[in-house]
Amino acid sequence: MKPAPFKYFAPANIAQAIEMLAADDQARPIAGGQSLVPMMNLRLARPSALIDLNRIPGLSDIRETGEVLCIGSMTRQATLLRSPLVRRLAPLMTDALAFVGHPPTRARGTIGGSIANADPAAELPVVMLALDADFVVRGSTGERVIPARDFSRGMFETSIREGEILTEIRVPSRQPLARHAFLELARRHGDFAIVSVGVNLTLNVDGKCEKARVVLGGVGPVPVRCAAVEAMLQNQPLNQVNFRAATDAIDPGMIEFESRGASRDYRLHVARVLLQRALESTSRSTDAKSV
Amino acid sequence: MKQSLKFSVNGRPLELNVEPRQTLADCLRVELGLTGTHLGCEHGVCGACTVMVDGDAVRSCLMFAVQLEGAQVVTIEGVSPPSGLSPLQQKMREYHALQCGFCTPGMVVALHHLFMGNATPDEAEICEAISGNICRCTGYQPIIAAALALSRENGGA
Repeated sequence: MKPAPFKYFAPANIAQAIEMLAADDQARPIAGGQSLVPMMNLRLARPSALIDLNRIPGLSDIRETGEVLCIGSMTRQATLLRSPLVRRLAPLMTDALAFVGHPPTRARGTIGGSIANADPAAELPVVMLALDADFVVRGSTGERVIPARDFSRGMFETSIREGEILTEIRVPSRQPLARHAFLELARRHGDFAIVSVGVNLTLNVDGKCEKARVVLGGVGPVPVRCAAVEAMLQNQPLNQVNFRAATDAIDPGMIEFESRGASRDYRLHVARVLLQRALESTSRSTDAKSV
Repeated sequence: MKQSLKFSVNGRPLELNVEPRQTLADCLRVELGLTGTHLGCEHGVCGACTVMVDGDAVRSCLMFAVQLEGAQVVTIEGVSPPSGLSPLQQKMREYHALQCGFCTPGMVVALHHLFMGNATPDEAEICEAISGNICRCTGYQPIIAAALALSRENGGA
């Protein structure tokens, strides 16, 4: 239960960090370390060097720019959970963060680390897909932006290329008539989800659903949007009949994962129950939620 | 190759040479002899190794000592008075909040951290604070009861 030896570097800026990463293809950046260090202790990960991002200034700002909430990749999950700006502009993220680990892991764990680690049962990637987030990554050839929908490649695999570092997460600000909900089932609170569901709806002035984003996590290698469910909700008012039709529309083929104690049938059932509850909670919430 | 490190533990400034792969937990126990910090799972699940770093309760098995340049670390030894028990420890004793005692340092540090920011936590806040700490003997209820008793003593409901 002790990690293999490695070299340790604490670069003072992002350019240095990128240079260090480029110099050694077995080196890995470390953010909060709440997933990487367990993997190293179990020797499931054996990086030759750790490039510590914790000493780089300017990677943990939370700010509103136009209609976009910009979050530095090294922002701690605990900071985000407490942030009034995040609650106002991306309340779905605040709700989901309460399910992410425990206070001591959130004190270290970062938003960027969770997204880049791409655990199939993690909460934040579900939120990012439901919110249409963009990810800014930087490498030796400059910066590029990856939309959340193009980000996940597989279990623990993302479109971040070797030598690139995730620096910022950009989330469109909440619209006045938006409704949201995040729910999950885990064996114990704070564990990774067996199934999680993120719902992000935009209503029109008649109270009908103009845009629906419904995302399931924990059911397959990457979070998935439920296109059939979204189509059922499109242009419909929020009521029980439509919720039932929407939950029935979950494609059983989306449930890929199966484990002892959580079969595909079980996960499908849980996904339906959670989605039903999530949709019901969106119809109860009000628009005049001021923070 | 060892790297030099300057930080403070329980208010005492220290200068050490550490191997990068040594976790904070092992550094405390092996280099500094502070064996009050317990190591249960060594992969961030059990919470027995909880200490405070710069005011946050964190898992010391998930940080490398070399990352702590300039940091202030407080361990279970640092939250205990030189003699006798802290008010929290006293309540835990009264309420039989430990049996084997293995998880106790982590529980005490997590609750100490809670009480630092909130002298009168309610039951939900207490449960949240120790939600990342596993205890295999007490069933948790006496721990919660002890923390609630301290909260009441501090003027909480």
